[in-house]
Amino acid sequence: MGPLTFLTQARVLIVTGKGGVGKTTVSGVVANLAVRNGLRAMVVQIGAPGSRHEPEALHLSRLYGQEQALGYEAVLLDANEEGGEVLARALWPDTALVEYLHRHGMRRLSRRLVSSGALDVVATAVPGMPDVLLLGKVKQMERAAAVGEPDAADLIVLDAPAAGHAIRFLQSPHGVADAAGGGPVRQQAEEVVAMLTDPSRCQVLLVTTPEETPVTETVETARLIEGTGTKLSAVIVNARLPVLDLPASLRPAELARTAAAAGTKLTTAELESLVAAGRVRAQRQQAQAAQVARLATELPLAQLELPFCFSSELGPDELELLTDALEVAVSGTAEVAP
Amino acid sequence: MTSAEARPGAHVIVCVGPGGVGKTTTAAALALRGARGGLRACVVTIDPARRLADALGIGDVGNEPHRVEAPPGSHMSGELWAVMLDAQTTFDDLVSRYATGPDQAATILANPVYQNISAALSGTQEYMAVEKLYELQESGAFDLIVVDTPPAQHALDFLEAPKHLARLLDNRVFRLLMTPTRAGLRALEIGAQLMLRTIAKVAGGQVVADTIGFFTQFEGMEEGFRARARRAEEVLHSDLTSFVLVCSPRRDTVDEALYLVTQMGASGAEAATVVVNRCYPSYAALPGATAEALAGTALSSLVVNLEQLSAVASMQDSQLARVASALPKATVLRVPFLSRDVADLGSLAEVADYLA
Repeated sequence: MGPLTFLTQARVLIVTGKGGVGKTTVSGVVANLAVRNGLRAMVVQIGAPGSRHEPEALHLSRLYGQEQALGYEAVLLDANEEGGEVLARALWPDTALVEYLHRHGMRRLSRRLVSSGALDVVATAVPGMPDVLLLGKVKQMERAAAVGEPDAADLIVLDAPAAGHAIRFLQSPHGVADAAGGGPVRQQAEEVVAMLTDPSRCQVLLVTTPEETPVTETVETARLIEGTGTKLSAVIVNARLPVLDLPASLRPAELARTAAAAGTKLTTAELESLVAAGRVRAQRQQAQAAQVARLATELPLAQLELPFCFSSELGPDELELLTDALEVAVSGTAEVAP
Repeated sequence: MTSAEARPGAHVIVCVGPGGVGKTTTAAALALRGARGGLRACVVTIDPARRLADALGIGDVGNEPHRVEAPPGSHMSGELWAVMLDAQTTFDDLVSRYATGPDQAATILANPVYQNISAALSGTQEYMAVEKLYELQESGAFDLIVVDTPPAQHALDFLEAPKHLARLLDNRVFRLLMTPTRAGLRALEIGAQLMLRTIAKVAGGQVVADTIGFFTQFEGMEEGFRARARRAEEVLHSDLTSFVLVCSPRRDTVDEALYLVTQMGASGAEAATVVVNRCYPSYAALPGATAEALAGTALSSLVVNLEQLSAVASMQDSQLARVASALPKATVLRVPFLSRDVADLGSLAEVADYLA
């Protein structure tokens, strides 16, 4: 399928995976692919309560050559002449509660309720409540996109919590819809469930690395998410070492002969370096290929590969490189019937 | 003298670090190292990868320590035990322990608000991990307890876990809810009444009723819980406890790890050891002329590979330098990228070798 088809399958793309697999990077790359295609993308990060200063808050803006922690107000990370834009913001359960109360005519009490810790009470009594409030906010943004409000984003990329929590995140609205005995929360939960289970509105993009434990957990996560009724879009295989065509034999004597034929004499230390590094690479390549194959067998979902970057930090250059790779990977996938 | 000092007590190692860096495996390997050194060591794991859990024999049993036999061909002069935390059961046990009788316990266990707190409230898992740790520590059955921590953004979630319930109990709104009599409710200031009504409006009246019910039922047990939480906290902040920071040599995980270090410092804890998993080895570089001469030969891919892996190694070194300067007194242990994930005791022993 073309990149535009991939990007417009659903208005909300929830990016999730095991901790450390690169969810935020992938969110930034998807948004960058959107901007290349003239779309307005909004990356939404979910913050834990009281986590205003977490280091990962900077990670996304660094991809775009900036250095700013995300806040509740959206910031512009990139824009182009085709009308494409990348915006980013963070959402926290307590700010979502305040906004919810404002919209429901309880403005006067809202600040006080939140500062007094009432969110803790509500969250204790109805544990999925913070998730419903957060997803409720996302749903509001999605509705704005659906009706074509002028400032609405075309694509909302939700940089979701790590897998374990993400499942709860996606299950919570179902639980709250069942448990909350009526009233606005129940209604909110039902509307969120309606969004989560409509593939034209919302899909999940899984992220893994081609390593054993992340692959195993991705397969488990995929099954659990499918159980909640949310559609899986594809699985990103992130940070795969580019496959080098290494010589079949890594015997030092043989390498020395090849070098000599090319007019170079390798020292013992140089040979040892080449051989040792070659062995590590061959072993890593083989292990990663095996995991990619296992993922394909156990999870029948389009795989999109992103390469490992050999640079000390991920900035605009790496963002472009990764976006190129995503573009190629997406183009290689089959068109799916809606 | 505090009660923690009064008891000889096991040594405790708390493994902290960002998600996805191999904390659980490191915790298990540290316990194995202790067992090899003659200690009765127990690892408390939280949500381990299935193959690791199977390797430790705790894939299907949870919450009580399970003896792990020595890996074939290796000698273990002490004992290795493992337990997989079941937060719900741990909390239930705690309620049963402090209830005035079976009736009170049964009523609380059946209350929907209790079920929410024990099963789903964020922070409960951390709190129960500390509780389990304290229970094992108090039992006297072990010399060393190594505990894995949930992948939290905040090390404080764990360090301050014992305060979790106290915080809940001290919450102003909860205190109002706990005022049991109608007279008490009448005496509430108008603002507080509005607050209760708002909660009822948002989350439904049943929620407020259940919450009041829970706190009323909980009465009488509160002090026992609080005292136990205080003792557990004393153990965490005593000399018996040391912290191991687990990370990988990547910029983002080091960022997160250093953030944890700052937070721990604010809480009076410092990591004495840093374990860096998934390190690539470093290699001697080729002289530029040699590399050029080999371009286009059958060895060119090996030359490219050496350059790429050397770039990774120098990236690692600069990240590890950041860790070293943030924790100048800590011992930094590097564990290389292993050829396979830890799926049996043999490979766990391999990790333990790097931690010796």
